[in-house]
Amino acid sequence: MSGWLSPEALEAIRLSLKVALWATVLSLPAGIFVAYALARWRFPGKQLLNGLVHLPLILPPVVTGYLLLLAFGRTGLIGQPLYDWFGITLAFRWTGAVLAAAIMAFPLLVRAIRLALEAVDPKLEEAAKTLGASRLLGFATITLPLILPGVIAGAVLAFAKAMGEFGATITFVSNIPGQTQTVPSAIYAFLQVPGGEGAALQLVVISVGLALGALLLSEVLSRRVAKRISGR
Amino acid sequence: MTLDVTLTHQFDGFACDVEFSAPAGITALFGHSGSGKTTIVNAVAGLLRPEAGRIVMDGQVLLDTAAGIDLPTARRRIGYVFQEARLFPHMTVRQNMLYGRWANRLRRDTAHEAQVIDLLGLGHLLTRLPGRLSGGESQRVALGRALLARPRMLLMDEPLAALDSARKSEILPYLERLRDDFGVPILYVSHSLSEVARLATTVVVVERGTVLRSGPAAEVLSDPEAAPSLGIREAGSILQGRLVGHSDDGLSEIAFSGGALWLPKIAANPGEDLRVRIAAGGVTLSRDEPLNTSSLNVLHGVIDTVRIGRSAGAMVRIRVGDEVILSRISARAAAQMALEAGQPIYACLASISVARSDIGQTRV
Repeated sequence: MSGWLSPEALEAIRLSLKVALWATVLSLPAGIFVAYALARWRFPGKQLLNGLVHLPLILPPVVTGYLLLLAFGRTGLIGQPLYDWFGITLAFRWTGAVLAAAIMAFPLLVRAIRLALEAVDPKLEEAAKTLGASRLLGFATITLPLILPGVIAGAVLAFAKAMGEFGATITFVSNIPGQTQTVPSAIYAFLQVPGGEGAALQLVVISVGLALGALLLSEVLSRRVAKRISGR
Repeated sequence: MTLDVTLTHQFDGFACDVEFSAPAGITALFGHSGSGKTTIVNAVAGLLRPEAGRIVMDGQVLLDTAAGIDLPTARRRIGYVFQEARLFPHMTVRQNMLYGRWANRLRRDTAHEAQVIDLLGLGHLLTRLPGRLSGGESQRVALGRALLARPRMLLMDEPLAALDSARKSEILPYLERLRDDFGVPILYVSHSLSEVARLATTVVVVERGTVLRSGPAAEVLSDPEAAPSLGIREAGSILQGRLVGHSDDGLSEIAFSGGALWLPKIAANPGEDLRVRIAAGGVTLSRDEPLNTSSLNVLHGVIDTVRIGRSAGAMVRIRVGDEVILSRISARAAAQMALEAGQPIYACLASISVARSDIGQTRV
């Protein structure tokens, strides 16, 4: 494959996979929790939380990226203490790309999990409680296994979205080859130089294939939630 | 074992304010839909926290709002069989049944498991998923699942309401065996008087969130004063008897303290104890001994109470041996016959007026 793709392109793919994987894995617990809260609980500010979660879907990605830069930059509201206390810098690092990708993919993750949760009867957890299971045990043994296909479907979608995230990423962490240059950033860079169309096209094909595969897979998995719940 | 419940709770614009005790056996919470029965059992289970109340089981305080005690559901060890089976769809019948043992970290008791599986006839279903069970089978599995968690008490909220009458009669014998073979006390919510008459040892009548009557089932059900709140048309008494034998012409003879009863053939063996609900509407009365009557059962007794209703009906309670029988007649007939307490009277009951579903097995 290396004879076919340029080292730069390969590096971008490698980085994108790393960023997307971390973004998905790290946002999964939060995604499940937020989806559960939105699907099952009634609390003040629920609509606000719902809006915040979905905001990156609507907002121009460059705005999200800029807000991230303001908050997590070296002198930002969160970035400054993060650097002062833990020595952690996110801006212009691949870890920052993980954060940007996670936030941009979060709405897709939460939506898929919430959809699966809404198909599961909350009364099943009540039944588990009367059989001696704590709230957490009931969730872990009843609800979670039932929504698992939905959780994986959401994770796959989030992964694909994270692979392709561009606007917020380039604003927050720039486009540094080998450090923050993910696949979309590489495509953009290739298109900026004369004669780069060929290399860009290769990455375009890979991106389209990946996105399509992810959509199909998540569709199949989502259907399995219904099958599981029917108990057949 | 006793459960003592006192609670007050406001919901949907009406107040639930009850106080009652449930001794061993099956205590039926009887009342029409929306009378607050489910609120009461949910509070006992800990699924609902009432505004004020105190629930004590065998000396252990489960809830005491004044003292700030509210034991979580998972730690109350109270089984709950819901109206819908609520089986876990991704687990087999066996996994469903063993869930409570696992969640409570109980030691395995294969003898008890076998006993429950045998009682409920679940042996051939263990490897199935819940989606492949019939409604009656699901409800039996739910019952087994609750029992295997070794509850100190079992709550049942209209467990038969979602089933058709064939499935109901499939489950009722299991519940009778549960009542007689396992020592687990049961709080049974129902709005069906025939179910209550067949199963309950104690009856608590609930109406609009208050307790109207409570006491031993035979006493409450045959009380003419309670008849209006139980439903006049469904009123009836309970007789305890023993099956003597079957005749060739399709009848069975039951002996009880007041004599003998001939009823349509009963699927039981001679010597078995039975519990028969006699609907008040099926009992006619005569001051003189009726001869050449079509009623096969003529029981001689003494009038205990006559209650003239607000409309055209009257309810008469008659003592026959150690048992009581209720008769529902017209107020005019009661007046013409000049019925009053203390008079000797003949109660006539046509054999076929007793429905097969009104005859249950019991162990005295």
